[in-house]
Amino acid sequence: MASSEVSLARLSEMGFVAAVPFTIVAVSAIVVLLVDLLLPARQRWILPYVSLLGIVVAAFSIALLWGVRVEGFGGVISLDKFSSFFGILILLGTALVLLISSSYARRENIEKGEYYSLLLFATSGAMLMVFAVDLLVFFLGLEILSLCLYVLSGFFRERAVSVEAAVKYFVLGAFASGFFLYGIALCYGATGSTLYAKLQLLLSSGSQLPGPLVFAACALLLVGFFFKIGSVPFHMWIPDVYEGAPTSITSYIATISKAAVLAALVRIFAASVPVIQLDFSRVLWVSAVATMTLGNVVAIAQTNIKRMLAYSSIAHAGYILVALTAAGEAGYSSVLFYVLAYTFMTIGAFGVVSLLRRAQTEALDISSFSGIAERHPVLSLTLAIFMISLAGIPPTAGFFGKFYIFSAAVRTGYTNLAIIGVLNSLISVYFYMRIVFLMYMKEGSEQIEVSSSRAAALALAICVIGTIVMGIFPSSFASLAASSVAALF
Amino acid sequence: MRNLPLISLITFVPLAGAIVIVFLDSSKARRIKTVALGTAFLDFLLCVFLFVRFDVSVPFMQFVEKQSWIESIGSSYHVGIDGISLFLVILTAFLTVLSIGASWYSITRRVKGFMISLLVLETGMIGVFVSLDLLLFYVFWEAMLIPMYLIIGIWGGPRRIYAAVKFIIYTLAGSLLMLVAILVLYFIHHAGTGEYTFDLLRLYGTTIPGHVELWLFLAFALSFAIKVPIFPFHTWLPDAHVEAPTAGSVLLAGILLKMGTYGFLRFCLPLFPRASLGAVPVISILAIVGIIYGALVAFAQKDVKKLVAYSSVSHLGLVMLGLFALNTQGIEGGILQMVNHGISTGALFLIVGMLYDRRHSRMMEDFGGLWAKMPAFAGFFLVVVLSSIALPGLNGFAGEFLILVGVFLENVPFAVFAALGMILSAVYLLWMFQQIMFGETREKNEGLFSDIGVREKWILVPVVVLVFWIGIWPGFFLSRMHASVGALLERLNGARAIGVEQVQNEAAPEIFVPVEGEK
Repeated sequence: MASSEVSLARLSEMGFVAAVPFTIVAVSAIVVLLVDLLLPARQRWILPYVSLLGIVVAAFSIALLWGVRVEGFGGVISLDKFSSFFGILILLGTALVLLISSSYARRENIEKGEYYSLLLFATSGAMLMVFAVDLLVFFLGLEILSLCLYVLSGFFRERAVSVEAAVKYFVLGAFASGFFLYGIALCYGATGSTLYAKLQLLLSSGSQLPGPLVFAACALLLVGFFFKIGSVPFHMWIPDVYEGAPTSITSYIATISKAAVLAALVRIFAASVPVIQLDFSRVLWVSAVATMTLGNVVAIAQTNIKRMLAYSSIAHAGYILVALTAAGEAGYSSVLFYVLAYTFMTIGAFGVVSLLRRAQTEALDISSFSGIAERHPVLSLTLAIFMISLAGIPPTAGFFGKFYIFSAAVRTGYTNLAIIGVLNSLISVYFYMRIVFLMYMKEGSEQIEVSSSRAAALALAICVIGTIVMGIFPSSFASLAASSVAALF
Repeated sequence: MRNLPLISLITFVPLAGAIVIVFLDSSKARRIKTVALGTAFLDFLLCVFLFVRFDVSVPFMQFVEKQSWIESIGSSYHVGIDGISLFLVILTAFLTVLSIGASWYSITRRVKGFMISLLVLETGMIGVFVSLDLLLFYVFWEAMLIPMYLIIGIWGGPRRIYAAVKFIIYTLAGSLLMLVAILVLYFIHHAGTGEYTFDLLRLYGTTIPGHVELWLFLAFALSFAIKVPIFPFHTWLPDAHVEAPTAGSVLLAGILLKMGTYGFLRFCLPLFPRASLGAVPVISILAIVGIIYGALVAFAQKDVKKLVAYSSVSHLGLVMLGLFALNTQGIEGGILQMVNHGISTGALFLIVGMLYDRRHSRMMEDFGGLWAKMPAFAGFFLVVVLSSIALPGLNGFAGEFLILVGVFLENVPFAVFAALGMILSAVYLLWMFQQIMFGETREKNEGLFSDIGVREKWILVPVVVLVFWIGIWPGFFLSRMHASVGALLERLNGARAIGVEQVQNEAAPEIFVPVEGEK
């Protein structure tokens, strides 16, 4: 007993504990590959559940370590409340995607070991991004995540649209990574370190203003970040990739990969850029307005549900940029709250989309939703709740997400941004409610099949409960977000 | 019994009923309707109990309940009523019962969804009237849009989708800006007192810098003006009314429009007293334009429902004029007239619904000569029309007379225009009555018009009872709002005194110049 305690202490001294959660995910990815190798093809249904087991164990490890603060590997990764929050969020999102995938992948013939294994590797990458407090380690996580997603979005090998999505995502993503890496290099040149914390020390020491090198570095880093969260003008890839990728993967790209990048953004902003905050906030302001407006306005014209949700996700990135502009503890905790709310409603919405099918293809045209309320009342109600939440109408998670963001904006004096934000959500009401009226108020013309799947039903139930509970009792979620952000200051 | 959370019960009983209905088999329409009616009736009984227990002499909030909700930002579940909201809550419960009764046979499709929407809507509407926390109020205010959107959009007429979308976009446009204003107010209060709170009663005392107060007032006022609707924000109303099913129109006219006027009373006036005082001429003129314009357009209609919809624009203009007279008579008359309009116009929509059930048309030219065929119906119809015209002895007179007195005390020309509007309302309503009830019977209508049955009588009798009760003994109702209105006016007069003082000191006082003719 005593010796195990000692060894645990030694381990924690080296900071290995901080690496436990994402290591578990990576290990379970390997386990899934091995199980797939040994398993006869018709027993592949077990794979999502094996993956789920890994996710649960990882989540359990985070829960056990809750509140512990460990820096690992010479201070390049950090386990604290902030990373725990995002860790749990990413694992929760992955679990929901896995549940949705189990029937979707079988139906669409992509139920392969690699699918689940890549998903888990991607998750471990996303978690590494969240735990990282060093630009290079963050980049490592980003690349693990991105490479897995490039492959996953092209998983429908025989569908041109899917392959096109993968190629587009890969080429543009590689460019963005290049920019980002160059930014890291310049940052290192300017400050002599890639640690978030050191950046701040070096930037703020002395009366000297940050030089052009620092600004160039920041600009390049921002390009990389903006690309990943899909904010204007780096949003071009989003609609095509969202449309082409398998729906389950789309929901993953829309939520988890965004959450991981946002976590890093918050970490960096909170830790290291108060010095150049003023200049940053101008850039963020413009980008927030452009992103919200473009996303919402273009979404109106979409006829494909996945493209519509893609533009809506651009718009939501814009709302989050409002919170980042507002900055401060209130702004950052509203980011956390929003990302959690957004994860529930977006995965839920894509989950419903993944269940619908026509005789030959997936039912992606929004007219497919016409009149489905008559035959599938529960499913329609579920989607209606997600749409209402995405539109930000109470009592749903989406409302309080926006409420916290706009409240942070008003608090820091960005009332104009809050006004632009609410006007944007007014625009968004139009296209979200259009889905509701198609479902409830139009007559259905075509036969749309709905696959029934217990696993997907469970995932949707979790999303609905999350959306509603966060909308009626937001208090505990908000304080959780606040205490997670407090760990950074 | 002392600690019975009466307000919460009244608010959430309909929601509970809706949840029960969710679990009922959708093919058993009769059972669903019975449960819905039972729930609504139970809620109404609770309201009666509330009415009896209401203490007339207390000027502040009664039956207050306060539970922490979102502690970290100072928002709580804080509800209560005073003499202003009391009647609106009861009216909501009353009209919901009638609406369910009116939909008994006319809604045949998706009865389950309809009843759920209606009950959820009732919870939302009552929640708006009882909330004493700005955030809670806002949540109810917006949440209530969804069931109304569905009621118009699913069970409405041919252009229902257009009407439903227009309804939701218009109302949200106003309320979203109000959300920003609420936040600004919240932070101003914090800057002044160091306290984060959405508690309305605490925010009442907030001192707001002049130009900011104007903007906040405008944001709130826009939201409420769209709801009332004040000219020129009224264009959503005729569409929504015409396309909505009977129950939807009744609740839209009876309750939803009152949320706008109630919002002015509860939020705009006490929160931004100086800006409100400055806005009196603008609002009054818009109200008068609404009165005349609504009446003239109503006169030009061929569609009965549209006529009643435009008459609402006209009548609500009168209510606004009364409220913004900012004296006891005007405000009490305004509140009474809110209730009266809910009853009379609600009843008019019920009656139009009954006609529509028989003829499946709303065009006046399709009717005529019904007096002989439907004698009982004719009697009810006449009483309701006369009450809407404000015949002395009926409810409309009590309210409109008080409003006229109130306006006359402040501004004589305004009162003259308001009286003109009342005359016009007699013209178009009697003309409508004549078109429908008198004249020749159309040949194609043979056998369509049977007199109203027991169910329909049960719906109209309580309306007529109220019409006479308020008309003959308005004091019974006025006495219950007297104390609360007095408290409101006291707050306004306090601000009036400060306002004048500041006008003398401030550099840019234009908007706060006291209104001409002020006493």
